[in-house]
Amino acid sequence: MAESNWTPDQPMVSAKDVHKSFGSLEVLKGVSMDVMKGECVCVIGPSGSGKSTFIRCINGLNDIQSGSITVEGQEVNDPKLDKLSLRKKVGMVFQQYNLFPHKNAIENIMMAPVLVLKEDKDEVEARARELIRKVRLEGKEEAYPGELSGGQQQRVAIARSLAMRPDVMLFDEVTAALDPETVKEVLTTIRDLAEEGMTCILVTHEMGFAREVANQIYFTDRGVIVEHGPPATFFKEAKDPRTKEFLSQIL
Amino acid sequence: MIEFIRQFFLDLYEGAPRWNFIFFHDETQWERVVSGFWVTVELSIFCVIFSVIIGVVGAWLQNSPSRILRLCVQGYIQFFRNTPPFVQLLFFYFALGQFTPTYSPDGWLEVPIITNVGWAIISLSFFAGAFNVEIFRSGIEAVPESTQEAAEALGFNRFQIYTRIVMPLAFRVSLPALNNNLVNLVKTTTQALAIAVPELLYEMLGIWNDYPSALYPALTVVFVVYIGLVGILVLSMNKWERAMRIPGYGA
Repeated sequence: MAESNWTPDQPMVSAKDVHKSFGSLEVLKGVSMDVMKGECVCVIGPSGSGKSTFIRCINGLNDIQSGSITVEGQEVNDPKLDKLSLRKKVGMVFQQYNLFPHKNAIENIMMAPVLVLKEDKDEVEARARELIRKVRLEGKEEAYPGELSGGQQQRVAIARSLAMRPDVMLFDEVTAALDPETVKEVLTTIRDLAEEGMTCILVTHEMGFAREVANQIYFTDRGVIVEHGPPATFFKEAKDPRTKEFLSQIL
Repeated sequence: MIEFIRQFFLDLYEGAPRWNFIFFHDETQWERVVSGFWVTVELSIFCVIFSVIIGVVGAWLQNSPSRILRLCVQGYIQFFRNTPPFVQLLFFYFALGQFTPTYSPDGWLEVPIITNVGWAIISLSFFAGAFNVEIFRSGIEAVPESTQEAAEALGFNRFQIYTRIVMPLAFRVSLPALNNNLVNLVKTTTQALAIAVPELLYEMLGIWNDYPSALYPALTVVFVVYIGLVGILVLSMNKWERAMRIPGYGA
């Protein structure tokens, strides 16, 4: 694999004409997107439009049929790709939290750095405790996922991803399974991250959040990006009739 | 004390001639009971350990990418699950036993390297192992794909996902079914009688053949010993199950 010549003034994540099919069903029909370092991008659209599939392609959980996705210049669709180096750069948080149920909060956070990065256990533990504070879960270090609320579990999941010190964070409908009152605590955590300059790509239905925090909003429908733009113009001056219809239904 | 017990059972025999607990007042018969008991314990322990190992390895091979390996495991399961363990014992000892090499400890006697006890352990372990493969497979299938995906996204490799995430969770799910199968296995060790393994039932049968008045007492002792042995197994499995319980999980 060639060393990439990526510099921070180039897009950190760059997708070009991405096509993805499950069997005969084409889910992504030529998706392109550039995300600069420190940007927060929200992907919105009706369900089944391919948004989740798209961000799962960015860290190689799904492979793509054609097109290209690069993360810091590294081609994700390369069969010789070193998956570990990709996953060190890209953190991912899921709709269903997917914590390891047999490990408590602090162990969930520590597991990957110790096991995958082979880092010193004490050092990782100190970092994990710091992350627990960051996601405002002091006192829950020893709690098992089954003893935490959905919002708390999701914040542990965010901390678990951050413990790998990623350059990009992917959020796949992370508040969709939460009670309305816990949505806020998770969104606050993500907003803090974005404000600290973490590059974030979110698939979300939280329009209020998207409007406030996102630098760019992408609207997808039936496997294509219909239109995109900064929130101020996107919400006021949507041009495409499909975007207008979608926004009118949910705003 | 010993003398008191001896006298008690001698008196009992005087009054009730069909209840000759001969092994409680005849040293030689007592030694037969004790040696039979220990052979049963030995058989049970070895078979439990080997059948669990066979189960874990078999379940792992069932997920192997090689079709031939998967077919072999399937064939093994079908053969051992669909035929009587009694016939398997006879087959192993009398058919396969013909082909095992022999050695000569004293220069003229030929002794097979696998004894009848060895064959009983092999045969019963494979019998119970076939069920254990299926038990562990169902446990593995109960681990959500999404939990494994989260580990993959954190950079875990396949082996780490299997040993750190899938196995610990699958094992907990499998314990109740495993418990049942191991109880059956311990009871099935009595069938080793057919190839003259000197386990408890074999010794007891010998005693009541020599002393017909000891028939009822011998059978009573067999029942009591098995209730005790299986009781210990079940208690320790239950204790283990409780020790492995994860707070807030699967409740």
